[in-house]
Amino acid sequence: MISQLLQGLFKHIDSFLMGCLLFTILVGLFVLYSASGQSFERVSAQLVNIAIALSVMWLAANVQPQLLERIAVPVYLLGVLLLLAVEIFGHISHGAQRWLDLGFTKIQPSEIMRIAAPMMLAWFFSKHDASPRVIDFVIAAVLLLIPVILIMKQPDLGTSLLISSSGFFVIYLAGLSWRFLIGGTVLVGALMPIFWSMLHDYQRKRIEILIDPSQDPLGAGYHTIQATIALGSGGVTGKGWLNGSQAQLDFLPERTTDFIFAVFGEEFGMAGNLMLLVLFGLIIARGLVIAAQAQSTFTRLLAGSITLTFFTYAFVNMGMVSGILPVVGVPLPLISYGGTSMVTLLLGFGILMSIQTHKKLVASG
Amino acid sequence: MKSSRELKNYQNEQHNFKLRLAVLGLFVFIAFSLLATRFYYLQIKRYDYYQTLAENNRISIVPITPNRGLISDRNGVVFAHNFFVYTLEITPSKVANLETTISEISQLVEVSPADLKRFNKQKNESHNFESILLRTHLNEVEAAKFAVNRYRFPGVELKSRLFRHYPLGKRGSHIVGYIGRINDKDLKNLEEANLLSNYKGSDHIGKSGIEQSYESTLHGTTGFQQVEIDADGRAVRILSSQTPISGNNLILSIDSKLQEIAETAFGERRGALVAIKPSTGEVLAFASMPTFDPNLFVDGIDFDSWNSLNNSLDKPLINRPLRGVYPPGSTFKPFVALAGLENGKRQPPFSISDPGYFMLPNSRHRYRDWKPGGHGNVDMRRAITISCDTFFYGLAIELGIDKLTSFVRHFGFGQKSGIDIANEVGGLLPTPEWKMRRYKQPWYMGETVITGIGQGYTLVTPMQLAQATAILANKGITMRPRLVSAITDTKTGATSLTKPIMTDKISLDEKNLEIVKLGMIDVTLPGGTAASVGANAGYSIAAKTGTAQVVGIKQNEKYDEKNINERHRDHALFIAYAPAEDPKIALAVIVENGGHGGSAAGPIARMVMDYYLLGKLPIIEPSTASENVTTPNENTTNALATPSGTMAEEEHYD
Repeated sequence: MISQLLQGLFKHIDSFLMGCLLFTILVGLFVLYSASGQSFERVSAQLVNIAIALSVMWLAANVQPQLLERIAVPVYLLGVLLLLAVEIFGHISHGAQRWLDLGFTKIQPSEIMRIAAPMMLAWFFSKHDASPRVIDFVIAAVLLLIPVILIMKQPDLGTSLLISSSGFFVIYLAGLSWRFLIGGTVLVGALMPIFWSMLHDYQRKRIEILIDPSQDPLGAGYHTIQATIALGSGGVTGKGWLNGSQAQLDFLPERTTDFIFAVFGEEFGMAGNLMLLVLFGLIIARGLVIAAQAQSTFTRLLAGSITLTFFTYAFVNMGMVSGILPVVGVPLPLISYGGTSMVTLLLGFGILMSIQTHKKLVASG
Repeated sequence: MKSSRELKNYQNEQHNFKLRLAVLGLFVFIAFSLLATRFYYLQIKRYDYYQTLAENNRISIVPITPNRGLISDRNGVVFAHNFFVYTLEITPSKVANLETTISEISQLVEVSPADLKRFNKQKNESHNFESILLRTHLNEVEAAKFAVNRYRFPGVELKSRLFRHYPLGKRGSHIVGYIGRINDKDLKNLEEANLLSNYKGSDHIGKSGIEQSYESTLHGTTGFQQVEIDADGRAVRILSSQTPISGNNLILSIDSKLQEIAETAFGERRGALVAIKPSTGEVLAFASMPTFDPNLFVDGIDFDSWNSLNNSLDKPLINRPLRGVYPPGSTFKPFVALAGLENGKRQPPFSISDPGYFMLPNSRHRYRDWKPGGHGNVDMRRAITISCDTFFYGLAIELGIDKLTSFVRHFGFGQKSGIDIANEVGGLLPTPEWKMRRYKQPWYMGETVITGIGQGYTLVTPMQLAQATAILANKGITMRPRLVSAITDTKTGATSLTKPIMTDKISLDEKNLEIVKLGMIDVTLPGGTAASVGANAGYSIAAKTGTAQVVGIKQNEKYDEKNINERHRDHALFIAYAPAEDPKIALAVIVENGGHGGSAAGPIARMVMDYYLLGKLPIIEPSTASENVTTPNENTTNALATPSGTMAEEEHYD
């Protein structure tokens, strides 16, 4: 009886994916405890975030993918409307306008777009099943650019980057011709020097600092310099949990959020970092398998995009902390402190699970 | 058939999709390998390096403040420069007992009550971990004394800092302005402009004048040293550094000698003078009297000095050329004259017979001329020369307020000149629409009448008046006024000149310009209202005098200069350009409570023009000059001051 109930409860949960996710989240809680200066308060707040996020994931896993396909357009439109509302009435915090105050709660519409934008594009291409024409890709690009530009204006470079990559993955998976991809890359590469020569000196300087933060050690570069010291001094096995001097002595800024990976790398060393890479790799691999086995164009594209967006998160965050990518505000998935990113991430994984577990039912029915 | 093709398509698509997924999988693998390589580099290859950095109590990044750019006049005379001084600074968070520490320090070097006051003020305004100035300008002996005893005072540092100094003191202080300590408001502005990191090591920022408006040019780029620090926070080794880039030097269009002559000419009187080169808009002299010593502000001004400056009746802190507003009085007449001529009114040989007053139809109110009994037969040229009020009353009515204001607007009235220092006000050029908005009242004919002679609501700044004169001299072409004529890049040594910018152009009939010019030249010739100003000049001066009332005079009262409170005396105004045929300089002078424009303001203008055009230094003392001159007692218009009901609302040009 009870086992039947449990079976029913977890019918739509992909156990392999779930296992990897829970393990990563658990690791994250330990790192957060250390990074927050051993604050139970912080950890319990994050536990609440996780509980909410897991419920959202469970709900998403139990929803038929077809329903997602039906609500893709309205959700996207709602997202764009809310972004416009932010533009007009938004709440400014930390110099950027991201929050919309609804009176009882504040929401960040750009987060909705993380799922809504790839859903919209997947829906769009599912209507042009066989072989999308060039014009379809152009329309898709416009659909993607609308939220990306609105979010960039807030300004939130990190989120707009993630959304454009999630949209790009849909477009790529929908079959954008290789010629376009390679041609586009070459063209952009060729135009770079011309674009560069058109910029003002101060604009160039700003881009240079974005690429090489050590040029501005008093400002943007400070984070990177301190983070690389933290990582480097971690060595092979790390200084041990709660023993990272950089982390514990306030040298690392934003060490519970965007720079939490520096704490992890300092305390668990190269070994810990590789383990994390493997964990992330397993999650991504499972996602790719789900995408490959998906049955409709919509689910296939959506599953692929969700998986690769997760990859982008992880890669950009670790890349910026270890100093090979510019510093943009992207948290380390499943580990950084914060409710919204946890919810959107697990919502995505819930959708993946739904795609995987509803497949057989569709096939037999 | 159809279904098999669909199936084939589907299979194709499936295949394609999987291929694309596989490519992405490979991409993910490569990206993660890249990260792993980076981890290997940081955590294994360079482990020792980072380990040492982390162990040695880590590194510190020390900003190096750039030298602020110099400001000099057109001939290289320095208005603002920097020099090193020793300072004594305390970081309160590092000091156990502040009071004992300070009292022990004061046994070594002198700490005055003013120093203490400033210290406490700054301490309350800043964070505990910031270092706060206790003493500045320590001499060598004091510095040495402290250095020897340094070990006794943890948290107290002897530093060598660059200080801003204004060697000319009060001279031109409203032009150059001053720098002051960065406050919370400045910080907020810097943060919004994304400039905070460039000010990490800076304590000062431009607060007024050129120092403020050219802040970004003068400040320079902050350098830094990445240093290893020991447990006490002392630098042990420099890891890397980037030298700061000094701010750029500014060369002003001001001639400091001319400025000196102008300021000295004012003596103890209050007022303003602005001189412009009409063809380029370069500002040659810019006096606001009285002035103040900007050096007082650099370190944070002490309470007593601030009080005496701020509470002085003479208001030395006000930038009069830009923020002082005055009725233009009769100096407005040449522009009204041109408005008339350009609109086809009062063309020669038109003339009036002046009875000494003007009356509107259906009104008994007399708008009086400054000369009781009138000037007799007056044409346009003579009307300017003798400043005939009656003539301009009639002209204003015939033109109408709309035509009048829309024409003179081209001469910059009612709008900011756009000079390159901040906080300029735009004066006031009244229109019926403006009055409706401001007072919810219709425009009266009588208000048009008095606008014709520069009274009523019309208000100008000395800057505007000088600019209007320059535009007149420049035959209708507006050049934006500029105080900075060149910027020297300290890195490359290259000097780039500021390009003159034309902002407006009104096409004017040569013939009409000629009439106004001749009328204005006659002003400085025998018989004109400023004959003494033109006497023995050696070049021709086109000028106009003016007087602006401070206190309203009743219709039947007489203005008595001798028996009136000094601060209630009329303001004296004077505008001129010279040489009239080929104008090299245009200027406006206002002497507050100076009385008559020709006698009080004119001689100041003459001294400035003499030096600029002929290199002649003034010989006469300014105070005696104004006494000895005899001119027709022009033009204290009291048209507005009237007890009659219809005009009551106009009673405000004080």
